Amino acid sequence: MFAIRKLTAAAVALALAATAAQAQVSDGVVKIGVLNDMSSLYADIGGPGSVIAARMAVEDFGAAKKGMKVEIVSADHQNKPDVGSQIARQWIDVDKVDVIIDVPNSGVALAVSQVVRDKGKAFLNTGAASSDLTGKACSPNTIHWLYDTWMLAHGTGSAVVKTGGKSWFFITADYAFGHALERDTAEVVTHSGGKVLGAVRAPLNTQDFSSFLLQAQSSKAQVIGLANAGGDTINSIKQAAEFGIVKGGQSLAGLLVFLSDVHGLGLDKAQGLVFTETWYWDMNDASRAWAKRYAAANGGKYPTMDHAGVYSAVLHYLKAVEAAKTDDGTKVIAKMKEMPTDDPLFGKGRVRQDGRKIHPAYLFEVKKPSESKYPYDYYKLRATIPADQAFRPEKDGGCSLVK
Amino acid sequence: MTEIFGIPVQAFMGQLLIGLINGSFYALLSLGLAVIFGLLNIINFTHGAQYMMGAFCAYLLLNKTGIGYWPALLIAPVIVGATGVLVERTMLKRLYNLDHLYGLLLTFGLALIIQGLFRNEYGTSGQPYAMPQALSGGHNLGFMFLPNYRAWVIAASLVVCLATWFIIERTKLGSYLRAATENPALVQAFGINVPRMITLTYGFGVALAALAGVMAGPIYQVSPQMGADLIIVVFAVVVIGGMGSIMGSIVTGFGLGIVEGLTKVFYPEASNTVIFVIMAVVLLFKPAGLFGKER
Amino acid sequence: MNAHRVAFAIMVAALLVAPLIVYPVFLMKVMCFALFATAFNLLIGFGGLLSFGHAMFLGTAGYASAHAAKVWGFAPEFAILFGTVCAAALGLVSGLLAIRRQGIYFAMITLALAQMIFFFYLQAPFTHGEDGIQAVPRGTLFALVDLNNIWAMYAVVLLVFLGGFLLIYRTIHSPFGQVLKAIRENEPRAISLGYDTARYKLQAYVLSATLAGLAGATKAIVFQLASLTDAHWSMSGEVVLMTLLGGLGTIFGPAVGALVIVSMENYLAQLGAWVTITQGIIFVICVLAFRRGIVGELARVLRKPL
Repeated sequence: MFAIRKLTAAAVALALAATAAQAQVSDGVVKIGVLNDMSSLYADIGGPGSVIAARMAVEDFGAAKKGMKVEIVSADHQNKPDVGSQIARQWIDVDKVDVIIDVPNSGVALAVSQVVRDKGKAFLNTGAASSDLTGKACSPNTIHWLYDTWMLAHGTGSAVVKTGGKSWFFITADYAFGHALERDTAEVVTHSGGKVLGAVRAPLNTQDFSSFLLQAQSSKAQVIGLANAGGDTINSIKQAAEFGIVKGGQSLAGLLVFLSDVHGLGLDKAQGLVFTETWYWDMNDASRAWAKRYAAANGGKYPTMDHAGVYSAVLHYLKAVEAAKTDDGTKVIAKMKEMPTDDPLFGKGRVRQDGRKIHPAYLFEVKKPSESKYPYDYYKLRATIPADQAFRPEKDGGCSLVK
Repeated sequence: MTEIFGIPVQAFMGQLLIGLINGSFYALLSLGLAVIFGLLNIINFTHGAQYMMGAFCAYLLLNKTGIGYWPALLIAPVIVGATGVLVERTMLKRLYNLDHLYGLLLTFGLALIIQGLFRNEYGTSGQPYAMPQALSGGHNLGFMFLPNYRAWVIAASLVVCLATWFIIERTKLGSYLRAATENPALVQAFGINVPRMITLTYGFGVALAALAGVMAGPIYQVSPQMGADLIIVVFAVVVIGGMGSIMGSIVTGFGLGIVEGLTKVFYPEASNTVIFVIMAVVLLFKPAGLFGKER
Repeated sequence: MNAHRVAFAIMVAALLVAPLIVYPVFLMKVMCFALFATAFNLLIGFGGLLSFGHAMFLGTAGYASAHAAKVWGFAPEFAILFGTVCAAALGLVSGLLAIRRQGIYFAMITLALAQMIFFFYLQAPFTHGEDGIQAVPRGTLFALVDLNNIWAMYAVVLLVFLGGFLLIYRTIHSPFGQVLKAIRENEPRAISLGYDTARYKLQAYVLSATLAGLAGATKAIVFQLASLTDAHWSMSGEVVLMTLLGGLGTIFGPAVGALVIVSMENYLAQLGAWVTITQGIIFVICVLAFRRGIVGELARVLRKPL
């Protein structure tokens, strides 16, 4: 009787000691929510693969050994801001999720950023593009990790203009992302002495681009800028071939292209496409090793830069939680800005006050089928843009956090 | 470069052509709907899903059994038509003596089930369906570039539509069908198996939708959602044309496709709504539709 | 009616206790949709008019109220009022166009009108298209109650729902409601008795639109977002489903149907497309074998109208 009581007391004491180690972590668990498009046009860019990447980060961080309990949940936002914000709200209120990660689709990202800000949690966005996330919609609870429309516009846009593409016509995905990308690229084009002849807005997840392509064709622009992504980009490029657009002398500029898009198009249709990304699996040994590990867990599909971004962000987040000894969203985000970043995939970098993570950007060109020697050998490197030039200068964004 | 109303000829003709192609699909689909409504008094909301099934059938035939486009044009409609017959036999039959609206609700539910099942399997992005070799490429007509496949779509749908119209309006079988709609009991008394005719008619309407689906595959990508928004437009077409009128659906289908195409040239923002505006106007002044008879 | 009083008491009690157990935001969603479905049922269950475009009222009110609260800085009570008024106005205009036709034609024209409204919202700059109107402030009610407090918001939604519900109840059990039922059963006879059936139908339609709008306007403030989803035709289909499942023509049916459908969507969300499939199956089963719906069957068992 007495012995049992003593044992119970000892057990309780041990349990308390263990929890004391994570004293400030809410309910003793760091809960990560991977929210993205699991079934529609962006599913291959992030999708279930992001959950795998997040898991790999938790493993590599050694959470179990450090006594930190980390759980991962995931959900499909279906590219709808109302669905995304309701999931975020419920995750935070009911399921005690501490950090939300990925969220492609800028419309959803902006909505989620607002919810996370209202509730003081953390939002690590790797999937969305709109540069407004670190501009006029910046927040002390959000870090924009991977890329943005400014970087794409300046990387791809100026490269294409330099090679002679002076007159542009845009086919734009009709929502926050497309508008931001079109706006930022148009600015680059006009600054470099080019001209924007027109633009047409296509609804998200359009299957038939024929009438938009026809308008682009009749504008006689030298470059048709595709301010869209994922399935939309794939469809635009495929159907452009059908209408003989490239044969007719115009060139297509894919302003946002991922490895999964190139894979979906096939090298014969994608060859020659020039675009900007911030990570490619075949760039160095560490990335190659990681990619092979990832592919083994993902049925042979290689990671896109979004997956790499999720890995890198989760890793840095966990390091910050450990250092700050809390998972309070605002405090961890502040810590993540304080600590320089370093991971096997992106190397050394940092997070700015406005929430923008800085790393170099790379201009890639898709190889010809004859140049590809092994599976997923798709890109050749055309140029490297150093980190301090790749992203919009902090003072230009209109972010209230920048003093 | 000549201009028509301030738009370069090439753009104008190009959009007109796309309008005609869309019109072909509107015509084929509204034909199937009109046949089913005219003869069965059922609003077949499943039509969009059946169109999608036709496209997927062709896709699966190609990818799983290597059967290409040309045989698929025949096989897919038969398969999907058979599913239609099954649906009619097991479910629609029971609703004939109820309010029309139940038929609408049932077929709406079926559409949700079918679309959901395919979305579960394939996600919402499109699967590619290769264009048949014989029809790829195109001709530069000078004032525009005409892809061969799209020309084929227009020609084929015209033929199918006119053939259907002919069968229903000008042959003995068609006259039995039309009589059965007016007075099933009397026609049955003459010894004609009316229930079987109704079942086969539904199957035929569904097969038409599936045929449209197969033809849509190479152009529009094969996706589970492809019929969902299209079906609403097709309803509008059928209502404008006159809900039981075969010729009405055909003419209106092609006509509205052209109107939509022209709207895209001059005022693209309105291209989605123009058909509905026309429908509202027609319903106000001639509720039975342009070619329909009040019933 | 005693049965009604009991049922109403049970409903109110449940709604008072539930937020202590279940996530209040979820319950508020249920209430908004329950009001939407009950308003819809006024038209189909008691008026015999199937509108396949009711989403246009939900969406219009949502956008109007969101815009008023966010851009014009209206207090929440005025934003909701404004949204409701906009829906009522749309109801009047669309009703004038649609009422002239019956049955299938009526359903088709409401569908067409709703599609026009949807595409208008898709293009109009103030709705921000796919992104929707985000970050709508909850505001302070009557300059006293801060609606960011979840309990205050819940109380408001509860009052709005019960108010709307009671209004519909009174309408159904009034002389107006009797005439409406008569028109549903046999319109020619109602006309021969001297009733201006078109006017009655229009009034029912506008009332239904207004209360659907009230639901939409409130929802926009609760979720601080107005999006295209609310104006899409699939939303029109969902409200039909809720009403059919709950019981066409019953008082409490639509609310029950809304509870089931919203719960299903919430708790089965991980299953993705299976939610749609299940909704389709429910439709089919309801039409073939379960036409009275949940509350309808319950009423039959209890032998009392519910």
